Amino acid sequence: MVKNLIKNLTSSLLESLRDLAPILAVITFFQLVILQEHIPDLPALLGGIFLVAIGLTLFVYGLRIGLFPIGESMAHSFAGKGSLFWILVFAFALGFGTTIAEPALIAVGNEAAVVAADGGMIASTPESIKNYADGLRFTVALSVGLAIVIGVLRIIRGWPIQYLIISGYICVVIMTIFAPPWIIGIAYDSGGVTTSTITVPLVTALGVGLATSIRGRNPMTDGFGLIAFASLTPMIFVMGYGMLL
Amino acid sequence: MSSGIMNFLHTLASTARDVIPIVLIIFGFQVFVLRRKMPNLGMVLTGLLLVLLGMTFFLQGLEQALFPLGKLMAKQLTAPEFLGLSGSDSEPHYFWLYVFAAAIGFSTTIAEPALIAVAIKANEVSSGAVGTWGLRIAVAIGVAFGIALGTYRIITGTPVHYYIIVGYILVVIQTFFCPKQIIALAYDSGGVTTSTVTVPLVAALGLGLSSNIPGRNPLLDGFGLIAFASLFPIMSVMAYAQLSDWQSKRIKKAKSKRYGG
Repeated sequence: MVKNLIKNLTSSLLESLRDLAPILAVITFFQLVILQEHIPDLPALLGGIFLVAIGLTLFVYGLRIGLFPIGESMAHSFAGKGSLFWILVFAFALGFGTTIAEPALIAVGNEAAVVAADGGMIASTPESIKNYADGLRFTVALSVGLAIVIGVLRIIRGWPIQYLIISGYICVVIMTIFAPPWIIGIAYDSGGVTTSTITVPLVTALGVGLATSIRGRNPMTDGFGLIAFASLTPMIFVMGYGMLL
Repeated sequence: MSSGIMNFLHTLASTARDVIPIVLIIFGFQVFVLRRKMPNLGMVLTGLLLVLLGMTFFLQGLEQALFPLGKLMAKQLTAPEFLGLSGSDSEPHYFWLYVFAAAIGFSTTIAEPALIAVAIKANEVSSGAVGTWGLRIAVAIGVAFGIALGTYRIITGTPVHYYIIVGYILVVIQTFFCPKQIIALAYDSGGVTTSTVTVPLVAALGLGLSSNIPGRNPLLDGFGLIAFASLFPIMSVMAYAQLSDWQSKRIKKAKSKRYGG
């Protein structure tokens, strides 16, 4: 038992090191050959790489025994309960709750507020900058909550994903025409930063679990797609926020 | 040494703060709405703890080693002296910058934990038809192309939305021709690529570029790289599916020719 565990952990540690090899190669090549400088603190770099590898190994292991089973068992329980209302409430809570505290989003919100103040859209006082950043963060969290709701509803009803996503694209293009130019870059970026490393596996397992439990759904064609909605709606909502305020 | 431990505890606390809302939502619904005990509760909690510890080690290692060096290199490679922007007689040269942009996009995507998670799930669900490495490499190629093109956009100063709209049109066209099975997964792979490892390094690249290229404003032109990195993987994953579909059809055809008569 213990022997097996050690064997498994060693092999996944090696896998993690292999995942990190490309970064190490890129950094070494550019530092030594292109910039022609030595690596500043080699022991610290190697120690850091080792920490990253351990972290990745533990993460993947925890994913398999923790996050994936949680998402799947919740999906099965909700499908068994058969209440559309509660599963949509859960979908919204999960999208909203995981996004509102996302550090990458907090950073983007603050930058956006500084840009807005710089362009004279809002007053340059710390208070109005903070209000603006908080409002933006709330808007994005709301849009991700809504995205997961739409995505879950799509899995339950079996709607083809491409029509919904293409309609979303058309929305983005129309909003781009009317939105103030300075918010466009921020809005487009906000789509990519909302989904964190812990949210993605959980939401993916939820979608696949739902598609597996509902008769007539295929986990491959219907189970994926929740993340796609979560990276599309923030663009639309952030541009809307820029137009209204 | 003690500062290392302090750092570790600090990272652990901030990771825990990210995980707590998720745990509260899950167990809140489990207790008050579903009113069912989660199967294998002990195992699941151990898994959550491992995820928490894993993220902490991961972030700690990145902060300690890769981020400072990567950010420093992004700064050096976008410095006016390196790009040949300071001398009035020489032409600016961006070749190595594009190579760096693509290489850093590719390599950070391969190490992105969220993508590893989705690849494991896709492999499981497709019963092996979608290879974990195939998917990850396809996504990484998309990100590499996206970041390199985003770099070109910052250098030339063209508006973000022209590229994105053309990208959308290409995605829509590809959607009609690619195998139905892969569409949802391909759309998803746009959002999972940019998180823990990629965003800080790419942001440093965008900031360095937009503050050093004359006529660019870091507040306005620094954005957009993430958007590119989330769009092109959709295309590269669909292309990967089309290629493997085409290849398997060709093998089938060759086989039926050989054994068919």
